[in-house]
Amino acid sequence: MTDGFDTLLPAASLLGHRVDVLFLFVSILTGCVALAIAILLVVFTIRYRHGSKADRSNPPVRIRWLEVTWITVPLAIFLGIFGWSSLVFSQFHRPPRGAMQVHVLAKQWMWKIQHQNGRREIDELHIPLGRPVELIMTSQDVIHSFFVPEFRAKQDVLPGRYMSLWFTATRPGRFRLFCAEYCGTRHSGMHGQVIVMRPTEFAAWLAAGPARDELAARGFEIYRRMGCSGCHEPTSTVHAPDLIGLFGRTVHLADGTMVTADETYIRDSILLPRKQVVVGFDPVMPSFQGQLDEDDLTALIAYIKSRASPP
Amino acid sequence: MSAPAPAIEEASEQFESIEQQRAAAELGMWVFLATELMFFAPLFLGYSYGRWALGASFAAASGHTDVVIGTANTAILLTSSLFMALALRAAQLGQQRATRALLLITAALGMTFLALKGLEYYDEWREHLVPWLDFRFEPRYVHGAALFYFLYFGMTGLHAVHLTIGIGIACVFALRLRWYAAKRLSRQIEIGALYWHFVDGIWVFLYPILYLVERHG
Amino acid sequence: MSATAADEVRPDKVLHEESYLREGFTLRSWLLTRDHKRIALLYMISVTGFFFLGGSAAALMRLELLTPQGDVVDAETYNKLFTAHGVIMVWFFLIPSIPATLGNFLIPLMIGAREVAFPRLNLASWYIYTLGGLFVVATLIAGGVDTGWTFYTPFSTLFSNTHVILAAAGVFVVGFSSILTGLNFIVTVHRLRTPGLTWFRLPLFVWANYATSIILVLATPVLAMTLSLIVFERITHIGIFDPALGGDPLLFQHLFWFYSHPAVYIMVLPAMGVASEIIPCFARRPVYGYRMMAYAIFGIALIGFLVWGHHMFVSGQSAYASIAFSLLSFIVAIPSAIKVFNWTATLYKGSITLPAPMLYTLGFVGLFTVGGLTGLFLAATALDVHLTDTYFVVAHFHYIMVGGTVMAYLGGLHFWWPKIVGRMYPENWGRIAAVTIFIGFNLTFFPQYLLGAWGMPRRYHEYAPEYQLLNVFSSCGAAILTLGYLLPLFYLVWAMLRGPRAPANPWGATGLEWQTPSPPPKENFSHTPRVVRGPYVYHPNGPAEPQA
Repeated sequence: MTDGFDTLLPAASLLGHRVDVLFLFVSILTGCVALAIAILLVVFTIRYRHGSKADRSNPPVRIRWLEVTWITVPLAIFLGIFGWSSLVFSQFHRPPRGAMQVHVLAKQWMWKIQHQNGRREIDELHIPLGRPVELIMTSQDVIHSFFVPEFRAKQDVLPGRYMSLWFTATRPGRFRLFCAEYCGTRHSGMHGQVIVMRPTEFAAWLAAGPARDELAARGFEIYRRMGCSGCHEPTSTVHAPDLIGLFGRTVHLADGTMVTADETYIRDSILLPRKQVVVGFDPVMPSFQGQLDEDDLTALIAYIKSRASPP
Repeated sequence: MSAPAPAIEEASEQFESIEQQRAAAELGMWVFLATELMFFAPLFLGYSYGRWALGASFAAASGHTDVVIGTANTAILLTSSLFMALALRAAQLGQQRATRALLLITAALGMTFLALKGLEYYDEWREHLVPWLDFRFEPRYVHGAALFYFLYFGMTGLHAVHLTIGIGIACVFALRLRWYAAKRLSRQIEIGALYWHFVDGIWVFLYPILYLVERHG
Repeated sequence: MSATAADEVRPDKVLHEESYLREGFTLRSWLLTRDHKRIALLYMISVTGFFFLGGSAAALMRLELLTPQGDVVDAETYNKLFTAHGVIMVWFFLIPSIPATLGNFLIPLMIGAREVAFPRLNLASWYIYTLGGLFVVATLIAGGVDTGWTFYTPFSTLFSNTHVILAAAGVFVVGFSSILTGLNFIVTVHRLRTPGLTWFRLPLFVWANYATSIILVLATPVLAMTLSLIVFERITHIGIFDPALGGDPLLFQHLFWFYSHPAVYIMVLPAMGVASEIIPCFARRPVYGYRMMAYAIFGIALIGFLVWGHHMFVSGQSAYASIAFSLLSFIVAIPSAIKVFNWTATLYKGSITLPAPMLYTLGFVGLFTVGGLTGLFLAATALDVHLTDTYFVVAHFHYIMVGGTVMAYLGGLHFWWPKIVGRMYPENWGRIAAVTIFIGFNLTFFPQYLLGAWGMPRRYHEYAPEYQLLNVFSSCGAAILTLGYLLPLFYLVWAMLRGPRAPANPWGATGLEWQTPSPPPKENFSHTPRVVRGPYVYHPNGPAEPQA
């Protein structure tokens, strides 16, 4: 890992530093090629200008070795860059175990953040230094994009789906947050800050301040209030799928396919229960569309995640 | 009844000869058919996706298409292609009246297809199989079935539009035979026949995928 | 292929000795023409009008971006401006520009034909284009559309309160104009080549437009279907793209980019064709590696259909798909690189002069190279995560489309102006304009690479204050660029009216179009040309050998 070269904007995240090395390499490479072509164009134009005394005898028709070289060498370099980039890119998609999860709700035109303990923020995201943070994000309306230039991190945020973005901050400070997918009138006003604090300061910040109930606890409250426990508890007389240990499990559906029970699956099961019916159950679950807002859904999902299988 | 115009035809200005003009028209039609194929392609792609990802729902949905009308229509359309081919042959042989009759039969068969299709659409509407117009289906398959029927109406609808154009072309040719010799029109009829066979060809793919796949009993 | 008798003159036809410009002066003779040369001029007027309309939108945007705050127009208006700029420039300028103006004028001439295969269809294409244009102008008058030229869902289908359907209809209509033009070119090149003109004796301009035509006819229908789906969804809310109803917004992106990526090759391949005509002429050397150039054109066209997912690396598309699209995107760069190397090699041991067309074309090669190289950054998934949706992408595609296509278009206009209007443009003004445009262009768009790398997102009405300095450079560049574009508007028109009369072949070039008077008569050639050699038989020390 290098923190020697920075692009115009110093990287402040773990993956960001790795991206910058690749960026440097590609910049130098393309810069040299552009310069070389420019120089050749200028030199040839001057040297072989009409009326100059340059040697024009035996102009080449085909120079096989040169052509083979200028195809194979760029191809090899491109494949190298491709391979390197793919390796770094795949790390973007593998959040480390135990990453601190934060829920993000994008809406026209603000970012609503909710920490696991219930602490909320708008257009600001406080995170601890040096610890992987995973954002679980959805949109309430159109497609947005969570972009922190100094982390070299960006992820489009879609409605009806949960997207994951993770980073580990390597420097304390305030970093710009932008919306990077055009989302309507105040798209350019949908910005904020990511504030990286030292771990002890972060812990203090997290505990202090106005907070609702811890996310999963609030989810449990909604679970009871909306009547979910009436069917989904083992003691219920209604035959409904068991939710203990559900999150992350493979679920067999009535139409023969299988899905992994992730955040999107849980959300769909609540809002569009007929979409993916579990095998062996009747499609009798009512839809809660219109009765739960995004915050409620986030809380419910957090609650269901917390119901791990007994050891 | 006025006599048909002379049989010898001058090539248009940009062509050296009538053969070149004919060859150009034919290539033009083939390229046009390629673009038509690309209009249908996204729908076929959507169908393939649905068949792969929502197999059970698609199977359930395709069980409700009217295989009787579908099969009858297939027979009618294939027969119409036969008559179009016969019409072309008659034109090439200079048989004025036969060409006209065969073209009109072709058009009539096409119109029969459309009439039956209309009946079929009406039945499907009554059975609540039209997405957005009070669509109802077995709950566990409802989303896949809605997609299936969206594609069904999209593909057969687009096909019907093309068939209507083809019928129009056949009728226009039948009309022009009042004033032009069959032999002279045979080159244009050949291009029209190509279009008709393309429309038929699309149906040959639509019929099995919409009516026959995974049909039980 | 044509097969004529030995005697090429057709005594039963009236041969027009007058130029095509003098064949009728009424409005009717222009609006109902079947002459490909006149249709080319009709297109030229239309695309020029749209260029300046789309350019005005850009000028207003650059004015706004002088300061970080939104103080010139409000946010809603700004969003409508960048949408108008994109829609107009992509579909009403870039895609038709070279094919419908230079292509329509030159392809029959270059292949020794009298006309295109379907002249009435050609005129219909222009009318359809104009109809589409009217829809778009109506959209602007009615208050505009604010979805961006990319019409992403669900914003365009569920949330925008502007005239989406009207705009989509305009683009739908103009797509048919493209399809018919492409169809016409394909049949023309296949069937109307003059005796002796085999495929591998065709000028690369013809190859380039032929490949472009194939993309036009295959890709544009997909755009038509996609726009239909948006309109359908907006009216019926059936839920194709709405997740709440079981739909998927990403489906739109796949369908849209499946067309729109090949579309950028529609925009750049004809420009490459122009460059391949101009460089050999003014280097007085045959183009290096003619066959490889032709194969590279088809390589670009084919692989260009397989890379659309590189617009979607952060969209929520699967990582595996992204990696596959990344690999293909690197591969598509190879044929383009081959072309740049071959153009450069053409200069070696040549005898080079620098009239305006050559200045534009050398500028094209340089700027296209920079634009193409920055594409490598974007093909690399890990780098694209940071750079996508920023000004880096804006700079990249403007280097290709403006530094590339527009420069080549202007170079071609200058090169063939004597043939088209029969008079020479003023050379000094031509050179001044070329240099002004080159400088203005780089000042406008190079800072945008830096802005993007620095994190400034695109489609931003207001921006963070640290980005201001580079934005000021960019806006100053835009002012210079505007001046540069206005110059040819004036002196080319002046030349058309008052310039010195041009001979048939002022440049000593080898193509068939130069073997007929300037401007050509209505039937292009008084005798059917017989081609005896390939294109570009130039000699550094001596006269060139024409094709027929």
